[in-house]
Order: sequence, then C-alpha cells, then structure tokens
Amino acid sequence: MKSNHSFDTLIVGGGLVGAAIACGIAATGSKVAVLDGGDRDFRASRGNFGLIWVQGKGADFPAYARLSGISARQWADFSDELRDATGIDVGLQQTGGYDFCLTPEEWEAREWEMRQVAAHTEGEFEYQMLDQAELRKRIPEVSSNLLGASFSSQDGHVNPLYLLRALHQRMHHLGVDYHAAQTVQSSRQQDGEFIVSTRDADYHAERVVFCAGLSNQRLCRDLDMRIPVQPLRGQLLITDRVPRFLPAATLQVRQTAEGTLQIGDSHEDVGLDESATLEVITRLARRAVRIFPHLAQVRLNRAWGALRVMTPDGVPIYHRSTKHPGAFAVSCHSGVTLAAFHARQLADWICSDVEDPLMTQFSAERFDV
Amino acid sequence: MFRLLDEAGAQVVIELDGVQETVPANVSVAAALLYLDKIPLRHSAVNAAPRAPFCMMGICFECLIEVDGVANQRACQLPVQAGMHLRRQLSSETGGSGG
Repeated sequence: MKSNHSFDTLIVGGGLVGAAIACGIAATGSKVAVLDGGDRDFRASRGNFGLIWVQGKGADFPAYARLSGISARQWADFSDELRDATGIDVGLQQTGGYDFCLTPEEWEAREWEMRQVAAHTEGEFEYQMLDQAELRKRIPEVSSNLLGASFSSQDGHVNPLYLLRALHQRMHHLGVDYHAAQTVQSSRQQDGEFIVSTRDADYHAERVVFCAGLSNQRLCRDLDMRIPVQPLRGQLLITDRVPRFLPAATLQVRQTAEGTLQIGDSHEDVGLDESATLEVITRLARRAVRIFPHLAQVRLNRAWGALRVMTPDGVPIYHRSTKHPGAFAVSCHSGVTLAAFHARQLADWICSDVEDPLMTQFSAERFDV
Repeated sequence: MFRLLDEAGAQVVIELDGVQETVPANVSVAAALLYLDKIPLRHSAVNAAPRAPFCMMGICFECLIEVDGVANQRACQLPVQAGMHLRRQLSSETGGSGG
C-alpha cells in the first residue's frame, strides 16, 4: 500500500538545479518536497567544472546572455547568503576568467562571440582580448606559443561539490522535505492537483517542477511537455596539489582552493556512457601542457566522466505548461553559473502567475515546428 | 613515538635526504619514516604547512615524498627497498615543489 504525501510544490530532481529552485521556493514559505534520484543515476552536478561563466554565453541568443549576466552579478551576494545560512564556504573566486586562444581561427571566432554578447547586453558584459604579451604579464606561466586569450572580469569559479552540499543544507534549514532514491514512475493531473508516483509513494502537490536532468525528456511527457535534452559527455582530470599560480578561472584549467588543478573538459556525443577514456584523458592533459608547459611534471590523480544535459540550441529551457497550469520543466547545463538566478528570480517566476517577457523566450515551445 | 613489534626483524639501508638510515624491512616507506621520527615529512605546496602520514592507506595524499628523483609519491603505498633514495619535500629544501 502506497503512502500519501501532500505539498505545495514538488521538485523532481535534487541536483544543483533542483536544489537551488527548492531553496528559492521554500524561502517564500511554500511547503516544498524534493524527490531525488539514486546514487547510481546520471548526475551532471558531480561532473561540473565549477565555473561561473558569462563569456560567450548567448552569442546567438540575447536573452541567455542577459540571464547569465544577471546570475553572475548576484553570485558574490548569493555566496555570502549561503555561507551565513549554512556555514559552508563554496570557495567563490570571482576575479575574472580567461579562455585561451591557440589558433588564429579560435582568436577570430572568440572576438566575434565577445562582440555579440556585449551588443546583446547593452554593454553590461565587459571583456578584453589579450595578446600574448599582455596575457603573460598577468599569468607568467602561460606558454609563449599561445596567441592570447579573451578575458571577462565577471567570470569566476566555485567548488561545485561544496555548492551542492550548501544548497542541500539550506534546503534542510528551510524545512524542505527531501526524499532520496525516489525514481519517478509517472505523473498526472487530477482534480486540480498533480500526483507524482514513485515505487514507494504517491506525492500530491499544486505545483510540480521537473529538474531531473536527462530524465526530463521521459518524465515531462506524462504532462504533455516536450523537453528535448541530450547527453553530452565531459571528462575531467584532477592533479596533485601545486603551488598557486592561477590568479583567476580559465575555461581549460581551474585551480581549486585546495591547490589541485581541475583540467577540463571534453564535449563528446557518446550517448549514455559516462566512462573516462585514455584517449580523451591524454588529449586534455596535452592541451593543458600546451597552455602551461610547467604542468608537464605534475601528476594526475583522477579522471572521470559525467553527462551534461544539453538542449538542441545549448540554451536553458524554462518551460511553463499551458495545458497543465502549475507544471514546469527546467533543463540547463550551467547549474553553477545560473544557481543564483535559479534560487531567486526563477523561483519567483515559478510562484507567480504573471508572465515575464524575458522568460517566455526560454519556453520549450521554441523547438516546436 | 613508534616502536617495532619485532625488534629482531630484518633491516635494510635506505638513503633519506642524503643520509644513510637503517629501517625495518617489509614495511611501507611511510611506516619507516614514522619509525625514524622524520616529522614533518613535507610542507604543503600551497601554504607551506607541515604535513605527516595520516591515512596510511593511499587516499589522503598527505605522505607525498620524492622517491629516486620522482616527486609526489605516496609513501604509504611503497614498500621500503634497500638503496632507495628518498627526499622529503620540505619547503626550505625544495622550494615547495610537493603536493
């Protein structure tokens, strides 16, 4: 016999996205439950590189450029709020970000992207293209074979695992009802409420938000939402701790607060396979050494793969169902950059009936032809 | 601080920081260094804090040491061998090249 539980809002998925939204909604006083998957499920949050990254986001999608900027500008305050509430320091360093250019083609494409994003955000996005001489003034360890880098002062990084832990701690403080290993089997709307069923229980709520990563495609179908997401594998490497040499985040190598280097990351279309491969590990390590020759003697300790959640255009989906009012779907691959936005403005948007012209652009209806 | 269970057991000679030392055979490099009371074993590359073997089972990476010219080996995962050259990664000697 299944037990019954009733809530105002059900969040399906307890990764970086679901946890941030759960915190935001619970902070309004709403009674929230999170149904999380199992430990063996695909979990993009555990393969996150930890970047807060605005550079180049939304070059073809102005609203995404604006959204990334809105979230990045709130991160310092968001990090303080998490630390004050939970005692967990997520290791925010927002001293800018470098994206290195190894070939003239890369330089040219990058410059175009940066100009686009700056134009879309009416100058809110600040960037510089740094030639080799200027770059080596800032990071002397950079190879003399590099052309240069793009730099944005708004970028930064955190420890994504501490962030996930802090969000879960915060959820707990806010009275969110958290249920682990609750794989959702089906969902339906009946008599004005949603009923989400797992093997163990039926969960009832007035509102349901699907943040279930790659499972959104399957789970949202029950409520007639078409959410097209695909896996994109990213492999990451971790080295020994080395003396601090990176003054800021880079898209290729990140130095953690503990001193280890996180080297990333690949973009591989290989289906539901999250294994690490020698070929990619070698390629990533080679690229890191091309950028920073002194890393040739540093030892790798670990490598792993995780599956990103990619939409067809690489832009997040924030979808409000018109057929089943109260049902939402959220899919994105930037759970760190957007965490501040998710916990604040997105949570407010979900709780409000008033449509926001910025948010309607992120509806999954953009994929309907 | 540490004493041997078997005082009459076999011994080997190794070189530590350029000095010959006699240590028990059939123990890990980390155990041999604890027996010699060579603490700190290294200084952190990040903040120069003194470090010593901790977990003794390969996961904490606190016992890193240079072995035969290769830095950052886990001392707890290597058996001592006669004639091996060990060098502690102390910040005054190595400029903090350790982990």
